[in-house]
Amino acid sequence: MRIPLAWPDWLIIGIYFSAVLVIGIYLRGRTRTGEDFFLAGRSCSAWVAGLSFIAANLGALELLGWAASAYEYGMLAAHAYWIAAIPAILFLALFMMPFYYVSRTHSVPGYLQLRFGERTRALSAVVFAILTILVAGINLYAMGLVLATMLGWNINFSIWFSSLTVGLYVTLGGLLSAIFNEVLQFFLIWFGSLIIPIVGLMAVGGWSQLVEKVPSAYMHLWATTAHYADNPMGIHWVGIVLGFGFVISFGYWTTDFLVVQRVFAARDLRSAQMAPVIGSFFKMALPLIVILPGLIGLAVLPKLGPGTAYSYNAVIPLLMQKYLGPGLLGLGITALIAGFMSGMAGNISAFATVWTYDIYRAYINRQASDARYVRMGRICTLLGVVASILTAYIAMGFPSIMDYMQALFSLFSAPIFGVVFIGMFWRRATGIGAFWGLLAGIATSVSQYALVEAKVLPVSWITFSPNASIMAANMWRAWWAWAATVVVIVVVSWRTAPMPAERLEGLVYGVTPMPRQEVVPWWQRPVAWAFVSLVCFIVLNVYFW
Amino acid sequence: MARGAIPIWLFVGVILAIYGIIVLIASIYVPEGHVVSSLGRHAGTAWGIVMMIVGGVLVLFFRR
Repeated sequence: MRIPLAWPDWLIIGIYFSAVLVIGIYLRGRTRTGEDFFLAGRSCSAWVAGLSFIAANLGALELLGWAASAYEYGMLAAHAYWIAAIPAILFLALFMMPFYYVSRTHSVPGYLQLRFGERTRALSAVVFAILTILVAGINLYAMGLVLATMLGWNINFSIWFSSLTVGLYVTLGGLLSAIFNEVLQFFLIWFGSLIIPIVGLMAVGGWSQLVEKVPSAYMHLWATTAHYADNPMGIHWVGIVLGFGFVISFGYWTTDFLVVQRVFAARDLRSAQMAPVIGSFFKMALPLIVILPGLIGLAVLPKLGPGTAYSYNAVIPLLMQKYLGPGLLGLGITALIAGFMSGMAGNISAFATVWTYDIYRAYINRQASDARYVRMGRICTLLGVVASILTAYIAMGFPSIMDYMQALFSLFSAPIFGVVFIGMFWRRATGIGAFWGLLAGIATSVSQYALVEAKVLPVSWITFSPNASIMAANMWRAWWAWAATVVVIVVVSWRTAPMPAERLEGLVYGVTPMPRQEVVPWWQRPVAWAFVSLVCFIVLNVYFW
Repeated sequence: MARGAIPIWLFVGVILAIYGIIVLIASIYVPEGHVVSSLGRHAGTAWGIVMMIVGGVLVLFFRR
């Protein structure tokens, strides 16, 4: 589906690529220390950290993939933005951020080292490094696919060109450059995407007409989930709440270093707590540019999916082609490219930090100078880009990159979340328990995935639904992996000697005095805005019930 | 953010304003060989103006 572009579109795309490189070059001289390169000097305001926090998440499939899911599953796809995001983001802000911040750790594996020791840190760092490279590869492949199908570029050229651009600006300016670009990308994503549903809705005849044209089963969040056979996802609400709303969501938003690293860059604890809260409002609004186009696609586009000319992923490109003229089209394509780049840059900068601090400094070269660590960070940013290019070709082999990505999260994020969660809130958890729990969680998810793929284990055994979709299987797998992690940690910890209380100070709830924060009016307090966010979340769920 | 660096908001403002101008011009003078619906042209014009205003406000507030 090649979209014919005019000169204004090419100009907009060209300016974008130039701008991200200019930002990288400009910031190169401002990243001298490790703290600058890996944590942006811990100097970001709450707004910058908050927008970057959301932009880093707006990667691979947020725009194309979830719009496709909205076309396939209707409003059920909006769970990804509400139940599977808001409670976890607010929990991170109010309950977990103080521990991350007080411990002054550089990364999530770094926290696990302080709490549980080297073995757990090593395992989680390796798992996390693999996860970031695989996810960066998905972003890259998705970006290459968009450039190839929409602009007619060769897919190999698209992948190399895009990855080298991202590699250059992250290598030059580190996290500072990534965050700077993410804020720009955030605005471009919104301005390039919001116009699609606005024009689409006007063309359909407004919201009421849209509701009439889309089948009723596609317009509800919860009403059709009392039985798995009543909804297009083939899932019961318990699966949504436990798998999506709890494990995958909390695992991603509270322990995935890709997003948490952005908050670590905040200048003080209040900013670090405020950043996710600010992000939660924008996350809640994202269905406007992702889910709504999917629903509009249901109303105005011919049938998509298997057996038709286009896959579900073509919803946004088809709507762009249908409604946007020269200029806006270039802006829309730039929004997609910006989304993919921010996702990839987020993963690459997180990979560079975890590799340098949690693998290189911890096990290979403990005595190096700060300048050497910065140089290592730059080198492994480039290595990460090359590895991502290779994994992009792995992603190419999967029929649905969306399912591939969710599978990765269920395989690796869920066990890490189990360890961090228990470590932060249960003082009796021990280092040996954490290590074996993490290993058991990963083994459970990987073996479940392999057995179901090999058709040895019926998917209904883990999902309680004979017609479970791949997404439903991912949600349930995440739940079982988390449960296995927690059970093993608890059992092993009870059978091993407890850790001395003085070692837990600053790391565990109940033995950590919270730092005193400056007294500010209520409207500047994270908890007040978190409450407002929670109320908005409840209202949206009730309205679209 | 980085000490002494140009505020990110200024960067964002400049880019938005430039994009707004391009979108506005492209919607008023549609390039030859491209057909755009009336709704698409209206949308482009309005969106270009909105981007110019938002970009202009950011530049105004964060200029050094």
